[in-house]
Amino acid sequence: MITEVDAGPITLVAPLDGGRKATSEALKAAIGIGFPNPNRTQGTGPRAIWCGMEQALIVGAACPDLPQAVCVDHTDAWAIVRIEGDQVEDVLARLVPIDLRSAVFKRGHTARTFIGHMNGGVTRVGANAFEVMVMRSMAGTLVHDLESAANGVAARSV
Amino acid sequence: MRLTCPICGERDRREFYYKGDAIELDRPNQDAGLAAWDDYLHNRDNSAGEIRDLWHHAAGCGAWLIVTRNTLTHAVSRCELVEKDTR
Repeated sequence: MITEVDAGPITLVAPLDGGRKATSEALKAAIGIGFPNPNRTQGTGPRAIWCGMEQALIVGAACPDLPQAVCVDHTDAWAIVRIEGDQVEDVLARLVPIDLRSAVFKRGHTARTFIGHMNGGVTRVGANAFEVMVMRSMAGTLVHDLESAANGVAARSV
Repeated sequence: MRLTCPICGERDRREFYYKGDAIELDRPNQDAGLAAWDDYLHNRDNSAGEIRDLWHHAAGCGAWLIVTRNTLTHAVSRCELVEKDTR
């Protein structure tokens, strides 16, 4: 099943050189989640999703004042889709060139990689559920690609 | 071909963009003279053996990497962040 995720406010946070600890502490004090390690997320309500070298997206909460970081409003910049089902790993394996099986890619893991031809992010949010995100201009292509992949897997498993 | 990004782990070659010889990191001084700048901009060794190249993890974390590779065996021996260059 593919559903749109209404993420609420999104802010890109990029700590300045040497500012990661102070930024993490300020985030923790304000919204209860710290700055995530590479390829990881933090939190389930308001969330921090790692999205590149020394960068993370703060999702679902207003970003506090962070003097040790550069913050850019990304609200509405990302199209986020939740994809869920028994064969979700097989569907994503058709589009994503990394190993997303649960033994390797666990809940709370995230990766910047390709989804088809698009740069984006993949995050495991449950045993059989992922969130896939791309920039909003590619929302239509993302849904088309996910549907095509899902149809392909479904046709194979009859 | 797969490269092991120090941040993301082993990834497919298509996630990376190839820039060229890592000699580009050794930028001459502004007043180094025409010969040094000509060499820096245009002249590259076509070596048989170990070579250090710049790669960008464009579809991943965005890191610039120095990849040490052997042009005879295609073996990749090192993959490190540009800012951690220990040479």
